[in-house]
Amino acid sequence: MVSVKGKELTLISPDGRRLDGRRPDDIRELKIKAGILENAGGSAYVELGNTKIYAAVYGPREVHPRHLALPNRAVVRCRYHMTPFSVEERKSPAPTRREIELSKVIRESLIPAIVVEQFPFSAIDIFIEVINADGSTRCASIIAASVALASAGIPMKDLVAACSVGKINGVLVLDVTDVEDKNGEVDMSFAMMPNRNEITLLQLDGVLSLEEIERAISMTTKACKEIYEKQKSALKEKYIELRKAVEGGAKT
Amino acid sequence: MPIYVKDWDLVVPGEVLAEGDYVAGPYVYKEGNKLFATAIGIAEIKRGVIRVVPLQGPYIPKVGDVVIGIVVDYLPTAYVLDINSSYKAILQVAEILPPQKNALAEDLSKYLDVGDVVVCKVVRFDKYSDVVVSCKGKELGKIVDGRLIKVSPAKIPRLIGRKGSMINLIKRETGCKMIIGQNGFIWIKGKDQASEVLAEKVIRKIDEEAHISGLTQRIQVMLQSEKRD
Repeated sequence: MVSVKGKELTLISPDGRRLDGRRPDDIRELKIKAGILENAGGSAYVELGNTKIYAAVYGPREVHPRHLALPNRAVVRCRYHMTPFSVEERKSPAPTRREIELSKVIRESLIPAIVVEQFPFSAIDIFIEVINADGSTRCASIIAASVALASAGIPMKDLVAACSVGKINGVLVLDVTDVEDKNGEVDMSFAMMPNRNEITLLQLDGVLSLEEIERAISMTTKACKEIYEKQKSALKEKYIELRKAVEGGAKT
Repeated sequence: MPIYVKDWDLVVPGEVLAEGDYVAGPYVYKEGNKLFATAIGIAEIKRGVIRVVPLQGPYIPKVGDVVIGIVVDYLPTAYVLDINSSYKAILQVAEILPPQKNALAEDLSKYLDVGDVVVCKVVRFDKYSDVVVSCKGKELGKIVDGRLIKVSPAKIPRLIGRKGSMINLIKRETGCKMIIGQNGFIWIKGKDQASEVLAEKVIRKIDEEAHISGLTQRIQVMLQSEKRD
């Protein structure tokens, strides 16, 4: 039993149902849209339950200030930002310690997937804006950013899919919400390249035994492959719809 | 040796295209025994070579490309051009200066001003230095009239078509003169405004529908019906 806003809630019921009715190995409803911002090179919108995120990608473009440019590869810069209205209590729009860290973590989980060697002396800029935060924002940001990168046509070895694992009342659960994150024992963020079977992010907050880690990784790997399929269809959607429209129009 | 995609299939980065003894073409890489796509595009399989024709993506300069640039800056003896890429292009002043004139003693804006549009050719590019372009040659040089439109650089090969079939079709049907920059800029000059507008409309359609087969036919139909109106 935990108390949330004065209400006593059971995070996970004896028959394994969570607050929103999910089973421990269910993720929230995931909606992805690619290419929604006109001015960006590539963009994406991700809705993971109540977590809502926009990502925009610019570049490869010239690096400013010039001294940051690297002679052998592109610089990838990432800004994770939470809008002041994304959380219950107004968040100051200035970057906090946490946002700076998440920017770094997201950047480093995406770099292995980008073919950075192809653009020396250039920069690829990723902007992530959290519109509404309800847990797993870093995982949803990675999902959005990798779709945005692909929709910008930046060469990538693979898409990056991400999903978090938590532990509440001793049960491992996928895709933690804000309440579960704050009242649970463990929160682990995980990102991988599903086709290459490579992990690009593993961040554990809490304590898990070795067996639990193995179970958690196998649970989230399965979830990431599901998420990857959604990313794939989101990227293709625009083109397939257009193809249908044209072919349908040709017949009539 | 299984192939997982068909010709003209839409693929996204990371998609496994085939396994086994195939050769990786552009926008495909091979690791171990598997071939992966690196861009969103259309798969093409030809004689054991698998390639992906990208639908989106930045312009990467190549020596010999005709590009259209916009002057953005001056150096002591050169102009700096924006060629819609992450690299700036350098155009030597000596190329346009009358002989016996000293570039250092001249007012460079007399010849090319900031904002001027120049058709040029890439003469040097090695990724580690700036792109060097030249504007000496047939159909190269400063542009003073017509209209300039911008499309995604990835669609330029479709716009040109096989051996220029598509672009020649548009030129013939609209009566416009056109120069295609590989960097996504296209210059159009027609007899009247209507023909320029039509040419622009056709190019926008190609930009949008480049991934759907039967493009040339659709463009032909479009040009015919527009001409009748």
